[in-house]
Amino acid sequence: MDLALEILPQVLVDGLVLGFMYALIALGYTMVYGVLEFINFAHSEIFVLGAFVGVEILLMLQSAGLLAAVHPAAVLLLIILAAMVISGLAAMALERVAYRPLHGSPRLVALISAIGASFLLQDGLRLFESLWRNTFYLNYPTLELLDRTMPLAANVVVPVKSILVVVTALVMLWGLNLFVNHTRIGAAIRAVAQDPDTASLMGVPVNRVIATTFFVGGAMGGLAGVLFGLHYSLVNPYSGFFPGLKAFTAAVLGGIGNIPGAMLGGMVLGMLEALAASYLSLATDGAFGAEYKDVFAFAVLILILIFRPKGLLGEKVREDRA
Amino acid sequence: MTRSLAPIGLLGYIFGSFLLAILYPQSVLAFLLFEASLLLLYYIPAHAKVKSTLAALVLIVLMPLLGTINGYYLEVAIQIGIYAALALGLNIVVGFVGLLNLGFVAFYAIGAYLWAIFGSPQANEFIAGGVFPLAPYWFFIFLLLSIGVGALTGLVLGLPVLRLRGDYLAVVTLGFAEVVRALVNNLDKPVNLTNGPRGISPIVKPPLFFRPVLEFFGLEITDAKLYPLYFYFLVLLVVCVIILVTRRLESSRIGRAWKAIREDEIAAAAMGVPVVRMKLLGFAVGASFASAVGVLFAAKQVFINPESFTFMESIGVLAMVILGGMGSIPGAILGATGVTILNLQLLKGLSLWLNGLRQSGAVLTLPLLGSYSLSQIPVQFEPAKYERMVFGLILILMMIFRPQGILPPKQERKR
Repeated sequence: MDLALEILPQVLVDGLVLGFMYALIALGYTMVYGVLEFINFAHSEIFVLGAFVGVEILLMLQSAGLLAAVHPAAVLLLIILAAMVISGLAAMALERVAYRPLHGSPRLVALISAIGASFLLQDGLRLFESLWRNTFYLNYPTLELLDRTMPLAANVVVPVKSILVVVTALVMLWGLNLFVNHTRIGAAIRAVAQDPDTASLMGVPVNRVIATTFFVGGAMGGLAGVLFGLHYSLVNPYSGFFPGLKAFTAAVLGGIGNIPGAMLGGMVLGMLEALAASYLSLATDGAFGAEYKDVFAFAVLILILIFRPKGLLGEKVREDRA
Repeated sequence: MTRSLAPIGLLGYIFGSFLLAILYPQSVLAFLLFEASLLLLYYIPAHAKVKSTLAALVLIVLMPLLGTINGYYLEVAIQIGIYAALALGLNIVVGFVGLLNLGFVAFYAIGAYLWAIFGSPQANEFIAGGVFPLAPYWFFIFLLLSIGVGALTGLVLGLPVLRLRGDYLAVVTLGFAEVVRALVNNLDKPVNLTNGPRGISPIVKPPLFFRPVLEFFGLEITDAKLYPLYFYFLVLLVVCVIILVTRRLESSRIGRAWKAIREDEIAAAAMGVPVVRMKLLGFAVGASFASAVGVLFAAKQVFINPESFTFMESIGVLAMVILGGMGSIPGAILGATGVTILNLQLLKGLSLWLNGLRQSGAVLTLPLLGSYSLSQIPVQFEPAKYERMVFGLILILMMIFRPQGILPPKQERKR
């Protein structure tokens, strides 16, 4: 029991980091679902793209000898912004090429196209990195600042990179909240999510709003990608699969289509996963360990869908399209 | 006039391509031409009896003959058969009922592990007595048993999730497949059920009960030569049974109910179709097919591990169904053939060809662009490793340009 208490602060920090990561990715799923009623299956690749943009810029700076010269905060700001912009643009391009031509066809058709896009992007990234760097397993260069630790309480030490994830995510979520609830384009997004036909009659340019939604969702995914890379160091073109699936679970958990729900769902799932990873083997005397943490997330998904399909915060389901 | 001429012409084509495949045993093209005879057979105007006689000639006589001359062709044919059976199973779920199942491989894995565990010494790990592996004839019992087990797992998964909307269902089935894979990967402790990532071997093969008959006719064939032929006929039999069952189901009340649900669930419910029950039935039938094929696969491979049951496999089978045409039986078979040949032969062939080009060191001179030494083709560019890209392209392009597939179901074509 002592051991359980001893590791608790670390587990909570891990859970918080995972939770914000899932929350950021889940936003992409939930926003697109809100306006299009469609699971953007390739969102996990948009997330990975963000991680790759980050590592590419860092590696380029490193080979130019600039990594040590420039202030780390400036470097972080640069890679975060670059990843957000590129991932956002990629998500928009994806919508234009793989989804918009299918507008009006059955939902299954668009979903299959999205799965195809996901696979295509994975191997496209692999091909590009193989040709460019000769390997597609990339390691983030170490930023000394991130590896420092900060004392938080009496005997709790938190690495700076965890704080970076939490703070950046908080700032972005606050910004997103402002954007969606207090700007004209945010109002347009909410209008399309409520009823695209009526919104269009009211003069809302629906296609442009959809593109914007993809950009914003993609940017959040890209940000999550960079933070993922900075935190866990190793990325490859296929590393988006599990975070993507879990973030989708988080979106469903919170109530898909619901922005605060995605944040809550991400947080709950991250915490559950961190707790399961640490305590499962303690509780079962080592019979079942951290290798079941993925199973755990899916079990949660299946349970929610059975008992509360609308999620924790419940979506305002439109009768006509439900 | 054409009705009588076409079969004769096709007969000529069949024997011509057969000879080609024998004369050029290394040629992918010759084998493809031979395979294409079945497709032509589907299209020509002829009496059903003539067609089935020709099909039997190709599948029962010529293909095994070709296989004894070149064992690799037989291996490809067995693979195609296995995937065709899987595609036919998924076709019921995706094509007839309109439910996107992204975890189809889970049922396949359940069947494969069912026979692998009891048809190998593995079961001794948790059942005392040392009676395992079971005798070969148990294979057939397990083949039947797997149908029930597959259907049961389908029902257990289906009951809670089939009330969900289609796209949720897709993600839940995907999650289910990952759970199954994680379980077989990790259930080597606390009790060693699946031997984890190391996999299970050796798995017992089905019995050679017909050996006395062969000996009576004075045929002495070694086991190594006999087993591929045996598996070929077993797979062929399973595929034929599946086709038969699927066709009967399709034109029954059940099949019409499935299609009604696919087209408009609310209207179907209003017409008195028991929607959830019918969906469950479709899900269970597809699952039982996959699980039976899994038993066959385990026996053929002798060794299985969790690597054979990844998400890629599910997507591969989905790509087959989509390529051929959702809801079409010949489409599913064509899709399985196309994708398997693409994977096993074309991509690998392309990789070998590129390698050859690299080693030849030839220099390509393009107008305006200057010259380019072929040895500079990057070694990372290896088509055989990019099957995800191929599947992805198939899915996107088919959805955008021909969502009904290459061989759409017949009723749809008439419209």
